[in-house]
Amino acid sequence: MESADREKSPGSTREAAAPVQLLTPDGRRVEHPEYSIDVSPEELRGLYRDMVLARRVDAEGVTLQRQGELALWPSLLGQEAAQVGSARAVLDGDHVFPSYRDHGVALCRGVDPLALLAMFRGVSNGGWDPEDHGFHLYTLVIGSQTLHATGYAMGMAKDGAHGAAVVYFGDGATSQGDVSEAFNFAAVYDAPVVFFCQNNQWAISEPTEKQSRVPLYRRADGFGLPGVRVDGNDVLACLAVTRAAMQRARCGQGPTLVEAFTYRMGAHTTSDDPTRYRDSAEVAHWAAKDPIARLRTHLLDTAHADQAFLDEVDHTADQAGQRLRALVRSMPAPDPHAIFDHVYADGHSLVDEERAQFARYEASFAETGGN
Amino acid sequence: MTVQRYRDFKMPDVGEGLTDAEIITWLVAPGDRVHDGMVVCEVESAKAAVELPIPFDGVVHALHFPAGASVDVGRPIISIDTAPDSAPDSDSGVAPDADADSGAAPAAVPAARRPVLVGYGSADEPSRRRHRKQHPAPDAPAPAAPSALPAHPLPQDHPLAKPPVRKLAKDLGVDLASVLPTGPDGVITRQDVHAVAAPAPAPAPAPAPVTAPAPVTAPAPVTAPAPVTASASGRETRLPVKGVRRATAQAMVASAFSAPHVTEFTTVDVTRTMNLAARLKQDPELAGVRVNPLLLVARALLVAIRRNPDVNAAWDEANQEIVLKHYVNLGIAAATPRGLIVPTIRDAHTLTLRQLADAMAELVTSARAGVTAPAAMSDGTVTITNIGVFGIDSGTPILNPGQAAILAVGAIKPRPWVHKGEVKPRQVMTLALSFDHRLVDGELGSKVLADVAALLEHPKRFLTWT
Repeated sequence: MESADREKSPGSTREAAAPVQLLTPDGRRVEHPEYSIDVSPEELRGLYRDMVLARRVDAEGVTLQRQGELALWPSLLGQEAAQVGSARAVLDGDHVFPSYRDHGVALCRGVDPLALLAMFRGVSNGGWDPEDHGFHLYTLVIGSQTLHATGYAMGMAKDGAHGAAVVYFGDGATSQGDVSEAFNFAAVYDAPVVFFCQNNQWAISEPTEKQSRVPLYRRADGFGLPGVRVDGNDVLACLAVTRAAMQRARCGQGPTLVEAFTYRMGAHTTSDDPTRYRDSAEVAHWAAKDPIARLRTHLLDTAHADQAFLDEVDHTADQAGQRLRALVRSMPAPDPHAIFDHVYADGHSLVDEERAQFARYEASFAETGGN
Repeated sequence: MTVQRYRDFKMPDVGEGLTDAEIITWLVAPGDRVHDGMVVCEVESAKAAVELPIPFDGVVHALHFPAGASVDVGRPIISIDTAPDSAPDSDSGVAPDADADSGAAPAAVPAARRPVLVGYGSADEPSRRRHRKQHPAPDAPAPAAPSALPAHPLPQDHPLAKPPVRKLAKDLGVDLASVLPTGPDGVITRQDVHAVAAPAPAPAPAPAPVTAPAPVTAPAPVTAPAPVTASASGRETRLPVKGVRRATAQAMVASAFSAPHVTEFTTVDVTRTMNLAARLKQDPELAGVRVNPLLLVARALLVAIRRNPDVNAAWDEANQEIVLKHYVNLGIAAATPRGLIVPTIRDAHTLTLRQLADAMAELVTSARAGVTAPAAMSDGTVTITNIGVFGIDSGTPILNPGQAAILAVGAIKPRPWVHKGEVKPRQVMTLALSFDHRLVDGELGSKVLADVAALLEHPKRFLTWT
C-alpha cells in the first residue's frame, strides 16, 4: 500500500487506523465491530447499477470533451463507491452540497446527467433546482461549500427540520481555511452536517502527504468532532459509515468527518496530464482495488446476480451513454441575453441598461454566417 | 438539414483555452473503419498528452496532418466517410455528399476540397470570428470617408484610456474627450495626452502613417546603398544596417532569444602550454607553421569534444529533435574589415596538428582579405572566439545559431598564481564557455570547460587522453 505506507513511518504523526471495510478488494464480505450493515440482494444490485451508470456517464463526459463538445470535464473514475455508497445514505429531507466531481452523487439524487454535461459545455450555469433533488449546485471554488453546508445545517436545526446536510469535498480542500472554519462552527454548534471528504490522494498534482501531517480523518479530533476513515472503494462501507453519520446528525448529536480513502484513477480534469507527476505503479496498485469489480465478484460469488443481470446493466449504461452523446451534440447555444435574466428576480434599471448596451455591442458585428 | 457524407473532426481545445496541439501518432489510416468514441490519434498540447476519440461512425477518408504536425485548434485533422457503403464520388454523377439544402452544384463539392497529405480534405474553414461592422458606435458622427475606417478612429462617446493615462489627463487638466487617440484600437496614449496638454511650439510633423511593419522574413532588397546620414546638428550619424552587420544582428537576436545561454568561466595557468608552444615553434617538423596558443586551445577543444561528444550538437526546434553531430566543423570568429565573420574548419576532428595549424592560418588570411567563401562560413558545429587578442580577460559569448557551445579565449597575462604552494608569476588565461542550456546541462558544459582547462594546464594530457 504505497500511499498508506507513506503515512506509517515509525514515530510519525501520520499513523492511521485501518479504514472501515466491509467488502474486500477480492469481493469477500467482512464484518466490522462498529459498522455493520444489512443489505438485501436487490439493494446490492442497485448499488452495482448506480456505480456502472456513474462510470459510464463519466466516460461520456471525458469522450465528449475530447471531441470538443465540452469545455472541461472532471472525471470521477475510481471514486464510484465513495460517491454512490454515501449518496445512498441520503434521505429525502437531507440536503447535499457537492463539489464538482460528484457526478455519482448527482445521479443518485435524480439529477439528469445531461444537466451536468450542459454546465461543462458552458450552456447553463447549473441547470437543476437544488430544492427538487436536495442537491445543491456544483461548487467550483475549493472547499467553500463546507461553510455553505454548515450554515445550511445550522438553519435546519433552528427550523427544527429532521434532515441533515452532507457536504462533499476533496483532500486538497482540507488545506483551505474555509474547511477548518466549517469544522469548527459545525462542532461548536452541533450542526447536523456530515463532512464527506473523498481523499483521492492527489490535489491535482499535490499528493496528500504534502497537504497534511496527520491522516485527514484525525483532523476532526482537534475540532471536537468524530472522524472516521473508510475504504472509499468499498461501497458497502461507505454506505454504512455515512448512514451512521447522517443518522447521528439527524438525531442532534452533531457533525462527523468521514474520510473516504480512495483514488482518482483519471486525470484531475481533462486539462490535466497525471503521467507528469505520478507513476504507473501507483495507478496499477489502485486498479486492483476497483470498486465495481469487487462488488461484481461478490454478486457473482453469492449468486445474488448472474451474467444476464450484468449484461443488462451494461446495456442500460450504453443506452444512457448514447442518449447523452446525441443530446449534448444537439444542445442549442443559449440566447446570449439570457444571462441578464438571472441577476434580479424583479429586474433592475442598471441591468436593463447593461442589457441594452450588450445588445448594441452584439449588433455591431456583421453577420458572416458564423454562430 | 441532411447529414453530410464526409465529416471533418476538428482539433478540439483539449485544455481550457489552448490554441494548438501536436499530433503525436495516428492510430488509424485511410480506409480504416471507425466508430463514435474510438480513439484515432494521440495529441499533445502545452498541458497534456491525450487521446482523441472520433465523433463519427464510418471509414477514414483522409488524414489532414502527419504525425508531428502542430495544428491550430479548430482545423480539421481527419475526415470520415460516414456512408462508406454508398456509391463513390464521381465527377459526372451526383455527388452523394452534396448538402441537399445548400443548393450547391454537385461539382462544387470536390472543387471545394484541396489536396492534402493523404487523400483529399476539405477546404479551409472560413474564420468563425465575426467581423465588426465598420461603425461600432451608432450615435457617433459619420466619418468623412464612409468607405473606410479613419486611420485614427474618431473619439468615441467614452474615450478609451488606461487608468494611469486617465490619471495623467486629470492631473494635467486635459479632457480625454478632446484627445485624438493614436494607440491601437483607438486607445489614448500617454503621448496623446501630453500633446494636448503642451502643444509643440512649432508645428510638429504629421505623425507617421500607421502602416503594417514590413515582415521580417522578407528584408527589403537593397537596390542602392542607403546613404549615411548625419543629423543637422552633427551629433548623431545614422548608418544603414546591411551586409555582415545585418547578418550578425539577425543571428545574434535569433540565438540570444531562442537558446537559453549559460556561460561558465575558469581561469587556468597556461605556462606549460606557452612553453610547449615555444618549443614546437622550434621543431623542424613544424617549420613555417604558425604555432600559437590559440592553436593549442583549438586542439584542446577538439579533444574535449571527443571526450564529451554530446556537446557537439544542435537543437532542431522545427522537428523537436536534438541533432548529434559526429563531425566537428570548428568555427573561428575573426574580426575583419567587413565585420565579424566566423569561417569554419571542416572536419577539424580529423586533422593533424600541422593540418589544423595550416587551416587556421589559411582561414585567418582569407578572412582578413575578405575572400572567405560563403560555404566556409556555414555548417559550423562549435565556435572559438579569441577575445584575448584585444587584451580582454573574458566575456559571455553568444552562440552561433544552430550550435550548442562557444568558447571565448581570454588574454594570456602574467599574474601572481599559487604554483606548487608558492605565489609565483605565471602565465594565466580565463576561458569562458557559453552553451545552449536546452540540450547541454550544467554537468556536460562544465566537463567540457574543465577538460579544455586541464589540457592547457598540463599539456601532457594531450598524450594521455588521446
